[in-house]
Amino acid sequence: MKDHLGRPLVAVTGIGIVSPLGWGREATWAAITAGTSGISRIRRFPTEKLRTTIAGTVELPEEAAGAEPVSSPVRVERMAEAAVAEALAQAAIGEGGFPGPLMVGMPPVEYEWPQRFELARQANGNGTYRAATDVAAGRSDLYETFMFGGVGERLAARFGTRGAPIALTTACATGASAIQMAVEAIQRGEADAAIALGADGSVQPEAVIRFSLLSALTARNDEPEKASRPFEKTRDGFVMSEGAAALVLESLEHATARGAVVLGIVSGCGERADSFHRTRSNPDGHAIIGAMRNAIADAGIAPADIGYVNAHGTGTPENDKMETLGMRAVFGDAPPPISSNKSMLGHTLSAAGAIEAALSLLTIRDQLLPPTINHVEADPAITLDVVPNVARQVTGLRHVLSNSFGFGGQNVCLVVSAAP
Amino acid sequence: MTRKEVVITGIGLVSSLGEGPEAHWTVLSQPGAKPVVDEAAFAPYAVHPLPAMSFDAQIPKKGDQRQMEPWQRLGTYAAGLAIDQAGARGLVSDMHLIVAAGGGERDVAVDEAVATALCATPAAEAGAILNERLATDLRPTLFLAQLSNLLAGNISIVHGVTGSSRTFMGEEAAAADAVRIAAARLAEGRGGIALVGGAYASQRWDLVLLYGAGGAVWRGPFAPVSARDGAGGFVGGALGAFLVLETAAHAAARGAVPLARIAGVATDAAHKRGGGASARAARALWDRLAVPDGRLGVLSGMTGVAEARIEEEAFLAGIGAAAVRRTGSLLGHGVEATFPANVALGALALSRGGFYPAMDPADVGDGPVDRILVTGFGQWRGEALALLERAA
Repeated sequence: MKDHLGRPLVAVTGIGIVSPLGWGREATWAAITAGTSGISRIRRFPTEKLRTTIAGTVELPEEAAGAEPVSSPVRVERMAEAAVAEALAQAAIGEGGFPGPLMVGMPPVEYEWPQRFELARQANGNGTYRAATDVAAGRSDLYETFMFGGVGERLAARFGTRGAPIALTTACATGASAIQMAVEAIQRGEADAAIALGADGSVQPEAVIRFSLLSALTARNDEPEKASRPFEKTRDGFVMSEGAAALVLESLEHATARGAVVLGIVSGCGERADSFHRTRSNPDGHAIIGAMRNAIADAGIAPADIGYVNAHGTGTPENDKMETLGMRAVFGDAPPPISSNKSMLGHTLSAAGAIEAALSLLTIRDQLLPPTINHVEADPAITLDVVPNVARQVTGLRHVLSNSFGFGGQNVCLVVSAAP
Repeated sequence: MTRKEVVITGIGLVSSLGEGPEAHWTVLSQPGAKPVVDEAAFAPYAVHPLPAMSFDAQIPKKGDQRQMEPWQRLGTYAAGLAIDQAGARGLVSDMHLIVAAGGGERDVAVDEAVATALCATPAAEAGAILNERLATDLRPTLFLAQLSNLLAGNISIVHGVTGSSRTFMGEEAAAADAVRIAAARLAEGRGGIALVGGAYASQRWDLVLLYGAGGAVWRGPFAPVSARDGAGGFVGGALGAFLVLETAAHAAARGAVPLARIAGVATDAAHKRGGGASARAARALWDRLAVPDGRLGVLSGMTGVAEARIEEEAFLAGIGAAAVRRTGSLLGHGVEATFPANVALGALALSRGGFYPAMDPADVGDGPVDRILVTGFGQWRGEALALLERAA
């Protein structure tokens, strides 16, 4: 039950997912394999004067019933809670306390405009920070909601995890980093088990505008379900989205000893930072190539053993070109099929790496490669099999590489494998 | 698995007291050091301000400096100081990085203007105007300065640190876990050298607003941490603190001189603070560290928030330390930078073979010490300890 480096093998025994396609693992997976888009017009706030008016959104039940939309940390916590609960239920572990730590991949959070307006109104129309600080005195609700430690602390208390929860962000690689942190804790022998979580709920006006100002978002607003077009010739940016995924990870020995069903193995984690630019990869691709190679080497396998790649695949012109370059460098003339869940989910940002790792495990379970939808016209520069438009049944798939590349040059790749 | 010994070979430290280990030793090793405090700019909140500094020495490209706000400049600058002291410029491509970070800076002028203009506008009308104002007034580059992980991104870009990169968020506890994980990864053989730390720009209204809402910021004229009555509170301290960690073998192979050894780091989070829960959690961490007998110096990260202070005092009363120093009374509280700053001050003292005179009226005992314990009790949650020893 050790890997090629003598470390404990790390099994996955529970998977939970919340996405714009549904609250729940199987609902999301069914829609993904059917090629359904989760992208729609933003209904949460007015979109007049915005360049981009579409997103993948997850409404909370009370919002669907007409309540005011909540702020990002509240949404993150609610989705995370649902994903963890689903994963724990599947793993059948953790009643009365979970035997390990919680790794929380989440976005930076801060006061949003509803909070700023509320404080300014209380200060009789004075919008200065000084006035807001005066009227905010005693507002422990704001403090505990918008402190970074708040979400992790409440989740740790709720699920009875051990030790200090770690909240981490590595931009669009965050969810994968959370899994890597949990895997490392088990490999080090700090715990027999760990919960890894990636969650994001950032679809609010300022975040949409900020990404738009960076020219990262598509403005293909007319047909939202067709807007996310990874690897396609007319791709012009990503679609912001939300969601959460959680994995229950255990040493294989621990899982086997308690008779748990092993859903798969996280067999390799690789990372490499880039030093080229705040939002772009080095044109030579060495950081993303290094992250992919490190993950495959960490798993103790060869590139030829990888049967499918779950792409980062954002749908920006630059990202997909760089990912193709990386694929060619790592896999040579015969790269395995690659597809992007973001064609249906949009880019769930801090959740993406966790959701995509979760979907990679389901890909192995069902031997079914999810499609890249909206693939109308191939880009001659993308010389990859992107599993266009329709899911593909396969046999003998054992190892999947899941790629996550983030702003700020933070790149993490995971290898997930069939149970041994 | 054989655990490798982990040592500190570089310190990058900037505070209101000055810049670099030498300057801090000079000020802090002499009795009677006084805090540098600005009581006017953020009244009724005092802050320990950033010292006058030129960023050019560590961030040579003006273009890079323009892409950052003070928080990221401070951190990137301190990280460079640590790399320089370790003599590790040539090792950055395989250096692992963990940054403890809060939120990035906002454009205060834009926030205030928009909040004033639109707070009374009916929601149905305000949305479209807000969209238009933000799309016009927000600067794209400032968005990058706002992302927590972009301090790490800037350290990678400016200094070329590319082994790996992780950012932990979550106030004081994030920093303690950053140090713990960086050391643990080296101890288990995941790389030979790592950079870890954080930064806090105290002169920021957005942070005064956030922490002030929870009553965590001290109101009124400056007082030492032990003398903040009522609910207490922290006085924000400008602080940039980075450490270069190495396995002892890696340092020895290249002839680097270790400043101190990290004998252990332990963290936890009691889910409620009062009633001794936090003190008990810290006591369990202390037991886990199994501190050997000898003269122990404590560098306390005490914030000044009364509830946490009471718990820490209860913990400290039971460990028989030879000397306790509440560094917050001179440096202020730098949230995600405080724990690494105190580890840095610990390594500095051990490398100089001395300890610090009292920093706070409640400080007791005297040096020299054999070992140094760094404590971190978060303003709201989290307990952490690090044990440092003289390098062999």
